[in-house]
Amino acid sequence: MASPPADDLLRQLVPQVVGVLTRRFGDFAAAEDAVQEALIAATDQWPKEGVPANPRGWLIQVAYRRMTEQVRNERARRRREELVATREPSDRRTAPPADDACETNRDDTLITLFLCCHPALTPASAIALTLRSVGGLTTAEIARAFMVPESTMAQRISRAKQRIKASGLPFRMPSAQERARRLGSVLHVLYLVFNEGYASSAGPDLQRVELSREAIRLARMAHDLLPDDCEVAGLLALMLLTDARRPARTAPDGTPIPLAEQDRSLWGGDAVAEGVALVTATLARGAVGPYQLQAAIAAVHDEAATAEETDWPQILALYGLLERMSANPMVSLNRAVAAAMTHGPATGLGMLGTIKAEGRLADHHRFYATRAHLLEMAGDGRAAVEDYRTAANLTASAPERDYLNTRAARLAATPGRRRLRAMG
Amino acid sequence: MKYMMLMQFSGQTTDEVPPIDTWPVEDLQAHIQFMHDTNKKLVDAGEFVDAQGLAAPDQAKIVRAGEGGAAVITDGPFPETKEFLVGYWIIDCEGPERAIDLAAHVSAAPGPGGRPLNMPIELRQVMSAPPSEEL
Repeated sequence: MASPPADDLLRQLVPQVVGVLTRRFGDFAAAEDAVQEALIAATDQWPKEGVPANPRGWLIQVAYRRMTEQVRNERARRRREELVATREPSDRRTAPPADDACETNRDDTLITLFLCCHPALTPASAIALTLRSVGGLTTAEIARAFMVPESTMAQRISRAKQRIKASGLPFRMPSAQERARRLGSVLHVLYLVFNEGYASSAGPDLQRVELSREAIRLARMAHDLLPDDCEVAGLLALMLLTDARRPARTAPDGTPIPLAEQDRSLWGGDAVAEGVALVTATLARGAVGPYQLQAAIAAVHDEAATAEETDWPQILALYGLLERMSANPMVSLNRAVAAAMTHGPATGLGMLGTIKAEGRLADHHRFYATRAHLLEMAGDGRAAVEDYRTAANLTASAPERDYLNTRAARLAATPGRRRLRAMG
Repeated sequence: MKYMMLMQFSGQTTDEVPPIDTWPVEDLQAHIQFMHDTNKKLVDAGEFVDAQGLAAPDQAKIVRAGEGGAAVITDGPFPETKEFLVGYWIIDCEGPERAIDLAAHVSAAPGPGGRPLNMPIELRQVMSAPPSEEL
């Protein structure tokens, strides 16, 4: 890759150049391929020859040349097949190229983001396409991040673009009615990228792109483009406030460390400050959504100097609001934990009983892990051990399984009652 | 979600299926072609991670650490083993339903006379999921 500043610049330009080419040729899939080739050429040439005076112009020119070659080949092929139909870009009339206008660049980046996160795509393909067309990562980098062969990732991206093409989506801003739903998909995809970054922290591999950092970069970009949207700001704040705990979140061997036992001096102060400022400013504006509430909860945790000082009643209230907004059973689980920390483990266990009776989390490891913690708090070591083991058996995360098994083993070896002070 | 599909094969002649080295050549070729096609299908779907066939079980060695960590080697799988692992796929797909569909697909690989083998495919999730954010 090029040196970091050139790299950042390059990746910032990618969605803009995709936009320019898509407008000119009316074919997002082909434009996206041409820009990927220009990106690879730039990462090869810029470090050797220096960053060109007009990097954006350089990228457009290289991608444009590729695109023209493609169109020429395509035409020749079609002629051979005696199909004379000429390609007419669907929105050529409505969207003349206006490369130099700053507003167009911003719009193109946003349109590309909306398109790549389209709800018609499966999450895995939306993630891959977003990282490539908006994030400016190469297929090889994305493949490494998800530990699949490059050919598999290339195919996943290509299929995603075929799907977009088949659905006939134009390269333009979603309509006002559509916008909220489409933005919801964008935020969900960015959130998934961020969450996936948690998996990659187990094995140190310098070759792998830091997905959490990339998600933060994209969320920051979305926030710059849509500064008035409270949920975009909320998601960015949530990412910053969660990522701030990263250095304290795992032991050197990758085993997770629960919030209550983390060394808080390792938390990233700048990220906490930025996240708190963001969520405070958006909450004051009134249009409260789930990402802002989750960010607010993360902020309450991050602002407590010690686990004991955590303002659990406030967290309980925030989970109450969140539960009313989204039917996600994970929220109900977390609310039960907050209730246990506020009113004692019996209250939390009672709420877990209700969740279980409703059958909303049948055989989910999180249910058993949570109940194990609360049982441990309540001093019922034997039942806690059993639940830890059940949770370990159900999780699909190796570090989490190790953590849960260790916890069970330690507790099983502790005779008699043992009270746990706090948990996150 | 990543899954491993383990293909077991019986080392002995069963009621329905004779050992693979006794199949007519065209049936064997159809079987091999099916495996190639399956891999290509997985790559095209963006779901392929890895696929490997394993050398014949009679070449296997069982290794145990003995005194002072020295390797103690015995030949072959245990004689009482009836089913051998002959190969595996690792796939990265959208969820468990899709993984089951793919496992059923490879289970039906053609055998003698082109009839589906319907062999048992053991499907296991690879533990690569992100851990829970908060514990």
